[in-house]
Amino acid sequence: MSSTKLLIDDVSMKFATAAGAFHALDQVSLSVARGCFVSLIGPSGCGKSTIFNIVAGLQEPSAGRILIDGVDATGTIGRVGYMLQKDLLLPWRTLTDNIILGMEIQGVPRAEARARALPLLRRYGLAGFENSYPRALSGGMRQRAALLRTLLFDTDVILLDEPFGALDAQTKLRMQEWLLALWGDFGKTVVFVTHDVEEAIFLSDEVHVMGTRPGRIIATIPVALARPRLRACTATPDFMALKERCLDLLHSQAVSPIEEAA
Amino acid sequence: MTIPQTSAQIEISDSSWPHLSRPSTSLISEDVDGRDQRGHDDLDRSSPTNLGTKAVRRLPVQKDWPTFAIVTVQVGILVGIIAFWEIGADTGFIDQFFWSHPSAIYHTLTIFFTTGDAFTDIAFTFRSTILGFLLGTFAGSALGLSFWWSKNYAAIAQPYIICFESLPKLALAPLIVLVFGIGIASKVAVATALTLVVSTLTTFAGVKAVDPDSERLFYSLGASRLQVFRKLVIPSCLPWIISVLRVNIGLALTGAIVGEFIASQHGLGRAIIYAGQTYDIALVWVAVSVLSALAIVMYVTVSWIERMLHKGVKG
Repeated sequence: MSSTKLLIDDVSMKFATAAGAFHALDQVSLSVARGCFVSLIGPSGCGKSTIFNIVAGLQEPSAGRILIDGVDATGTIGRVGYMLQKDLLLPWRTLTDNIILGMEIQGVPRAEARARALPLLRRYGLAGFENSYPRALSGGMRQRAALLRTLLFDTDVILLDEPFGALDAQTKLRMQEWLLALWGDFGKTVVFVTHDVEEAIFLSDEVHVMGTRPGRIIATIPVALARPRLRACTATPDFMALKERCLDLLHSQAVSPIEEAA
Repeated sequence: MTIPQTSAQIEISDSSWPHLSRPSTSLISEDVDGRDQRGHDDLDRSSPTNLGTKAVRRLPVQKDWPTFAIVTVQVGILVGIIAFWEIGADTGFIDQFFWSHPSAIYHTLTIFFTTGDAFTDIAFTFRSTILGFLLGTFAGSALGLSFWWSKNYAAIAQPYIICFESLPKLALAPLIVLVFGIGIASKVAVATALTLVVSTLTTFAGVKAVDPDSERLFYSLGASRLQVFRKLVIPSCLPWIISVLRVNIGLALTGAIVGEFIASQHGLGRAIIYAGQTYDIALVWVAVSVLSALAIVMYVTVSWIERMLHKGVKG
């Protein structure tokens, strides 16, 4: 955790809407050290996904820059791995061929890409499903495959946009541990978006709490819990204190339910 | 006078037809003075009794007949129609001049296949249908897919495509025959005109249905437009393209026959027109039957291809 891997530098985003200019992001700055795992939490509509789109080069920010390894990467695609909440596995490809999609697009010959993917597939709990089609798999497995596809795409930074949001509670817990194991093995820099405060603290080195209207980072909370983390750590006073603080910050942001409905 | 009738009606309906009671009582009470009040009274009194005697209803279940029973009935109907036709024609009940009759049709059929040029006609119609089908389907699909490349181009082309779709293309057939001559080219052209538009529009609908999130995923992986087109757009549109095949084979056959109707030296369509003009009604039926057989063969083949392709697409 020495140098800065990813730097979001003063990024703002404005959309023109019928009701006037909409300020989605207001001067968001975020620096992520190499090999770090950071989370963004915040209410819906705080622009988490917009940040990801901008970092992935799928949207041009109205102002500000994205630096990867100190190099301006604003508006360039293929620089970071990006995983959406939906697994987006292609139904006409086998699991293996889905996982190698990133490598294939980068021009790695299929045979070579498959050879690289197969051992990982087996190692990370997808053995026996190499030639299955996605519809034959459970939600958790599909999500693993999607995550492996993101990891195998040779970039140092990966963005995970609520990857476990659609999974049931038990599967979600197992997937979190699985993700931590993977992160330990691959040593990637991860930015993780979630609604789940406990998930954010359990996984991250640093949690960034976002506020809404306009979207901005209102607090950065370092998570000093020792790694490797076991599930039991979620019951420790330290963990509880962190969770309390995050929830307080989120609540201070929240509009009253009645106002929100209106 | 009407009052006892009404109450009698209610008594009957309560015991046996609870659901019929309401409309019938209201119909009768309309004849009565002050019917509004009485009508409400009837409803109020009948509703609790209706609830009390509510019939127990079971889920309707249809019994499946065994296949042989279905087939027997199907064959029976066919035999019945033919027998009715033959006997009707013999007894003069059905006019033979307009309708011919089965034995004469069978006789003509044997002549058609032994001395006539049946196989030339079948081959001619078959060839123009298949060529029109392939041309229309491929060109239409390619055109539909091409709209993915530019939204502006798609927006400009759309009104023309819709115009061409709503246009009764068969009305252009005489013009097409004039331009392409009386040979096979004009038949292929009519068949193509019919199939092209359907393929284009369906494929375009497929293009519009390409998942935008998948597209984002591809671009986030650094894909070029060509890569997105080849690895995402074409495979996602394939089920749409395949879904048109069966419709198109029928349309291509229609196009080929109409082309032959207008001017041709060969083909089953020409045989039908020729037979009709010479009052050879038996020959009309023979040609129509052969045409149906050809249509069924092509339809079954295309359905089979469709299933195979679907398997290929879905894995």
